[in-house]
Formats: sequence, structure tokens, C-alpha cells
Amino acid sequence: MKMKWAFLTIVFTAFSILSGCDLLVLDPKGPQAETQADVIKLSIGIMSVIVVVVFAILIYILVKYRASKQPDDYEPPHIEGNPIVETIIVAVPILIVTFLSIVSVQSNYAVESAPTGYEEKEPLVIYASSSNWKWHFSYPEQDIETVNYLYIPTDRPLEFRLYSYGPITSFWIPQLGGQKYAMADMITTLHLAADVPGEYMGRNANFSGKGFAKNTFNVKAVSQDDFDEWVDEVKETADPITEERFDELLEPGHLGQLTFNGTHLDFMPPPMKHGSSMEEGDHEEMNME
Amino acid sequence: MEFFERFAIPHPSPAIYASMVAIGLTVIAIIVGLTYFKKWGYLWREWITTVDHKRIGIMYLISALLMLFRGGVDAIMMRAQLAVPENTLLDSQHYNEIFSTHGVVMIIFMAMPFIIALMNYIVPLQIGARDVAFPRLNALSFWLFFMGAMLFNISFVIGGSPDAGWTSYFPLAGNEFSKSVGTNYYMIAIQIAGLGTLMTGINFIATILKMRAPGMTLMKMPMFTWSALITNIIIVFAFPVLTVALAMGTMDRLFATHFFTTGNGGMDMLWANLFWVWGHPEVYILILPAFGVYSEVIPTFARRNLYGYRSMVWSMVIICLLSFLVWVHHFFTMGQGALVNSIFSITTMAIAVPTGIKIFNWLFTLWKGKIRITTPMLYSLLFIPIFTIGGVTGVMLAMSAADYQYHNTMFLVAHFHLVIIPGVVFAMLAGLTYWWPKMFGFMLNERIGKWAAWLIGIGTCVAFFPMFISGLDGQARRMFTYSEATGFGIWNMIAFFGAIMLAVGFVLIVYNIYYSTRYASRDIPADPWDARSLEWATHSPVPEYNFAITPDVNSRDAFWNHKKNNQKLFKGDYQEIHMPNNSGVPFIMSALFFVFGFAMVFSVWILAIISAIGIFACMGHRSLEKDHGHHLSVDHIKETEEKLGGANS
Repeated sequence: MKMKWAFLTIVFTAFSILSGCDLLVLDPKGPQAETQADVIKLSIGIMSVIVVVVFAILIYILVKYRASKQPDDYEPPHIEGNPIVETIIVAVPILIVTFLSIVSVQSNYAVESAPTGYEEKEPLVIYASSSNWKWHFSYPEQDIETVNYLYIPTDRPLEFRLYSYGPITSFWIPQLGGQKYAMADMITTLHLAADVPGEYMGRNANFSGKGFAKNTFNVKAVSQDDFDEWVDEVKETADPITEERFDELLEPGHLGQLTFNGTHLDFMPPPMKHGSSMEEGDHEEMNME
Repeated sequence: MEFFERFAIPHPSPAIYASMVAIGLTVIAIIVGLTYFKKWGYLWREWITTVDHKRIGIMYLISALLMLFRGGVDAIMMRAQLAVPENTLLDSQHYNEIFSTHGVVMIIFMAMPFIIALMNYIVPLQIGARDVAFPRLNALSFWLFFMGAMLFNISFVIGGSPDAGWTSYFPLAGNEFSKSVGTNYYMIAIQIAGLGTLMTGINFIATILKMRAPGMTLMKMPMFTWSALITNIIIVFAFPVLTVALAMGTMDRLFATHFFTTGNGGMDMLWANLFWVWGHPEVYILILPAFGVYSEVIPTFARRNLYGYRSMVWSMVIICLLSFLVWVHHFFTMGQGALVNSIFSITTMAIAVPTGIKIFNWLFTLWKGKIRITTPMLYSLLFIPIFTIGGVTGVMLAMSAADYQYHNTMFLVAHFHLVIIPGVVFAMLAGLTYWWPKMFGFMLNERIGKWAAWLIGIGTCVAFFPMFISGLDGQARRMFTYSEATGFGIWNMIAFFGAIMLAVGFVLIVYNIYYSTRYASRDIPADPWDARSLEWATHSPVPEYNFAITPDVNSRDAFWNHKKNNQKLFKGDYQEIHMPNNSGVPFIMSALFFVFGFAMVFSVWILAIISAIGIFACMGHRSLEKDHGHHLSVDHIKETEEKLGGANS
């Protein structure tokens, strides 16, 4: 019994730690991250029940059937199996897995489409490309480009188009939603949205060599008005991006935060969508570097 | 690059120079020692040329333990580096090399030989066979594995270690981003070891299907042998994929092909797919024999037959099939869309069902048993709760939408360590302790053994539970450092303490081997645990021919029924036994593979061609050689049996 209480204490401490600190993933600031946090919390709940049941059975059996608690002449019986018991231990996991599968499929479609509550609004398209060990963010609609930081409007869906000038990287802003790979020969799309203004951590989550640990970026979510103001300011003050300048930026290393007028998409188009990249002449050029 | 520059390590540090000196001194010490004690002949006759499955098993075991410490040192260095924020113990290049080699060494050069060691030693005994089906092929398997492991291990002092992760994703592992020869080592050393593993797979399938004792139908086989059969079937289907992927990777790096490059029609995603088409079944190659060990240990120490034998077998068959249908869950985030992710999410979660059946069957085996908690049993009982936690987090990871948040984080690292350590390492340590008296004729000390088991059990929890939390807080894996503001410090510090507990536990195991070798009683019965399967029906240690008389089997627990119900196991008289001859060819051929591999790593083509000719010459020699083995006379068998305490028929 002591063991059981000790165990329950551990479970409760674990839970209070989990709910106590604001773990980034469990502290969502956008609809996609919220869907994911809900799935995570639900699955932690169900899995805890399974763990508790297995622990309880194990502890009960260990307490009851220790050799030291039994008469010396006790000889355990030969039991082949029992159809009813075996049906239960097959059926219950199947039920749990079926339920989780339904949740999983629904949430898959949710995170792969426009964020809930934002379906009606026109998404802001941002091209996010990585190079060793930086992120380049191009805003074709605003015709500006930043390095290592993102300005995003709240209450507007965001459509990130991801690709890489080098190793596979993974674009991840934990509080806005889960990650997706950026690769050299294909564009991937990630739908996000920010509900509340604030500063969020973003990083490359996929190992990409020496500078990987510091391959991070800042995300600042602001209201639409503030966003427009920022765009105007950039348009007035930032230098234009040129092909030579962009080639310099692609050199391996770390850069601080930079801002440019225009985007590199004009002179260095991104790879095509999945599968169609091979025929693209432009694409070859892109990799000559 | 100049010719000799390639051999230099890319980032020399005092630790590496110290290792160089240590390696040099050890080699000199071994050579001097062997010469001084005149053991060269003994080593050659009894070990290097042996084709005996038991000796090969022991050599696998020694290699696995050595590699466990190599991989363990890597692990301690990683945890030490991450224990505090902004640590400068290791630089990023060094850290990258260490986590890459940690993964490769632990999976390919520690876990694999460990399970193959136990399979080699135990499977022929459990089915009442004299040896494996192809004893010389078995020797070749071992030496190829061994040379592959050695080639991989010299990388950190000659030329530099692989630094693109154990998954070695392209284009990071390509020439453009990984300029040192490290990834060449990865491609070629794993290739050589993998060839050996593939041969083991073929060998054991043939052995188990064709060489069982009379009366032992498939459904009467001990569960460990069943797990070995399924494992080897997976090996035969999965390893060729790795062979092809590594060959393509090698050609990309050495011959400028474009399989996985980003330009000229290559596709980096192809590598990830091929790698995991092998990589996921590989996980089950490791875990199924471990399940087999638990299915032997738990019934023995519960004094009960295994509950639900049939469902145990069927669950393994289903796991084997499913293991080939889940590889995409390693990269849900690659952008294949909701439909593909949903399919692989469901197949992945489906694996929880047969695995759950196994957990419950073990629990019901304990039910109404008479449980003795010995060291192997303690590992098994620690396995059930810790593996359950690791397993349910696997179900969580299988939910692909949520996986976008877990992927590439410490949460994932926590999950796979919490299935692989209790699943594989605990099982191997349980199996090692359990079968030790059979292998060496004395028992390991129980007191030290239990201390080690508790330390390793608790150390595993302390080391990996905090990673769930730091992972959910955004700590990506493979970061060589992090800032203080992230707040990851405390969790990594706790994990470091856990790693130290694990290290102390493993050192205790080595101490236990030393202590027991010196002090343990040699006067033990052939069946010290009062066990149930055939390997305990012969002497400890086992004579060269395994069983003087081939056993007759008519039930699942043949040996148990022989003991308790007086069923006769050995019928008839001694007869001449046909045994295979020793051969030096497997060793020589594998040594040539080592030279070939080394030459390939550094693109020394003339040497590569010469050693390749040598390899083909060895194969030619084998094809033309006439070797009919030898016979052990009845007198010789009688003499041996009397010396070992008489036949127990």
C-alpha cells in the first residue's frame, strides 16, 4: 500500500508540475497550437489511466504472490490462457486506439487546413526559407523581407511556405503551432495564426550542423494597425535587397536581425510544390550556390 | 585536400589526444601481454578460428559490453555538456560527433551484438541442436560485425567521426555540408557490420526451421526462440534496404552520384524514407528478442508456465508485419499532408494492441505464481512499469497533429530512451545474469547485481523523465547548448544526475563480473534457477557438442516436465557426433573487409582494389575447399560426460 501512495504522490506532483509551469507547448497562443495542446492533454489523461491500471495490477500481484508470503509447498497451477480474459485484453486496447485514431485523424485535418475561426479571412502569405544558420522571411504582399525575426498581425491567418537553402530544417513556433520541415527541393506549407499579441520564440528544430543550437528567430505578434505601421516604416527606412546582398546572406554563419525592401523571391524563386521541382530551370540555379 | 590532411581529425582537443595515447598503449599492452603469456596460439585456435556458436556468442557479448561503455561515455559527455546553460565543456562540432556516434554505437554496435550474443548462445541449446545451421557463416557474421565496429570506432582518432546524427539525413550528410570523412565511416562501417547481420538472419531462420529436436513443433518452441525467429525474419526483410541506402549514400559521397543531393534530380527525402524503412523494423529487431528474454525469465521466477503462449506468438507476428508499415511516423512533419499522416498515425497506434497483449500476458504469468525476486527477475519487474510509460508516450507521439509539437524535441528523446533502455538494455542485462551460469559455470553475485539493477532502474527514470518536461517547454534535441533564459537548466541538471546513476550501475555490473569471477562458487548445478527450457538440461558450462544425446521433446516445458513429471528427455545411447571444423578464413576475409573499408573511407583506390581481390580470393577458396568436418568418438563423449558429472538422462 505504501508503494501505491508513493506512486500516486509522484503522479500528482508530475501533474502539478505540468500544469504549474507554463510549458510553451501547453501554453498556446493560436488556434493550431491550441488544437495540439488539447490533443496532448487528452492523450496524457488517457495514458495516465492506462499507466495507473498497469501499475496497480503489478503492485497487487507482487504483494500477493511473493514467494515469501506463500507456504513452502505451494505449487503454482498450470494455466494456458482464458478466452474471456484474452478477449478483454485485446478489446480494451483496440477501443482506446480506435478512439485515439478518430481524435488523431480529426486533428490532422484541423492542423493541415486554415486555422479554426479564421477560415473566412484572406491568409497572409510569408515565405520562410532557411540557410545555414538563419531564417529569411519574405512578405510578397508587402514586398519586404526580414532575417531572423517575424512581424505578424493577430487575427489574420498565416500561411507559411517553407523551403531551405541547405540541410533540412524545421520551422517551429511552439506557442503558435507545431513544426514542419523546410527542404531544398520542395515547398511545404504550414498554417498558423496568432490570437493574442506578444513575443514568441521560434527556432529551427531539425539538426542542421554546427550552428544549429543558435538557429532561432523572434516572433512578434501585433494588431493589424501596428503591423501596417511597421510595414510602412520598413518601406521608408530599409535598404533594398539585391542579388549580391542575398548571396552574402546565404554564406554560413549567424546574422542578427535584418530588414530589407523587396524580396529575394523576385530574383531567386523558391522551389515548386511537391514533385514538380525537377523540371524547373530556376530551381537548378538556386542550388548552384 | 592534401592526401595526408584527410587523416587528421578536424577539431583536435586534449581529450582526443589522450584517447589516441590510450588506444596506442592498450594495443601495445595487449600485444605484449599475449606474447609474454604465449597466448597467441590459444587465441587463434580457440577463439579467432572458432565456429562454435557458444564461443561466437561470448565474443559478441564481450564486444557488446565494450561498445556499451563506448556509447555510455558519449552519453555522459553529452549530459555533462547540457547540465548547465552555456556550457563550454564541448564545442558544437565535438558535441555533434558525440551524439551521432552515441546513436550508432548503441543501436548497431551495442544492442545488435548483445541480442545476437544471446541468440547465438541460447537458441541452439533451446532447440536441442548441436550448432547453428551454417557454423562458418556464423563466424563470418561475427567477424564482419566486429571489423565494422572497429572501423567505426577508429573514426574519432583518424579523420574525424560522423557528425550528421545517427540518422545521417542528407543533404547535411552530403559532401557539401559534411566535408570530413566522418560520414564515409558511417556509410562503410555500418555496411560491413550490416552484411554480417544479414547473414545472421539467414543462418538463424535456417537453424530454427530445420534443426529443432525431434518432437519440438513450432508451437512447442520456447518463447525466446520464437522471438529470435521473428526477429531474424525482420532482419532478412529490413537489412537489404539499409544495404541499398548505404550503397547509394557511399556513391553520393565518393563517386559524385546524385541520389540524395538537392540538385541534379537527387532527392534528400528519399534517404529519410529508405533509412526509416529499415530503421523502424530495426526497433522491433531489438525489442522482440528482449520480449523473448522476459518471456523466459518471468515464468521461471514465477514458477508458472507462460500465460497465453499462443497470443504471445501471434502478437509477435502482428508486430513483425506492422513494423514495416509505420516508418513515416519518423517524419510526420515532412509535409505529406493529412491523409498520409492519418494512415501512418493509425498503423502506429495499432502496434500498441499486440504490445499491450504482451504486457498483460506477463502480468497474468505472475498471477498465482510463486515470485522469487532474483536479479534477472528484478530487471523484468522494473521493465514492466518503465516500459509502460515509454510505450504510452509512444502512442502520444503517434498522434501526428500533436507530433508536430513533439518532433525533434527532448520529449521524443525521453520516449525512445524509455522504451529502448527498459525494453532492450534491461532485457539484455536480465538475460546476461540469467544465462551467465550456463555460459561460464558460476553465478553472478546477487547482492551486487540487485544494487546495479536498482541504480539502473531509478537512474533511467531520473535521467529521462525530466526530458518530457523540457521537451514540452521547447527544448529541441541535438542542441549543444542553450541559454539560461530558456529555463531548461534544472531539467538537464536532474537528467545529468540520472546519467551518473546509470554510469555507476554499469560500473557495478563490471565489478560484479570481476568479483564473481574471483570469488563465486564453481560448484553449481546445471540448472541453478530451477528453470523450464532445454538449455538447462545440459551441463554448465556447456560441452562443445551441447547435448550428448539429442533430447526428445513432447511439450512446451519439456525440461520442466522432465524434472517434475519424470518424462524421459534423453533416449538411446551415445553415438558419434559430427562437428564442423574451425577455420581462419572468416577472420582473414573480415580483416580484408576492414582494410577495404578503411581504403574506401579515404579514397585510397589501389589499396581498395587489392583488398577487394583478397576478399574474392577468400570466397573462391571457400568454394573450392573440401571440408567435411570431424567426428567425436563415443569414447570421447563418454569421457567428457563423466568428467562433467554424468549424463542427466
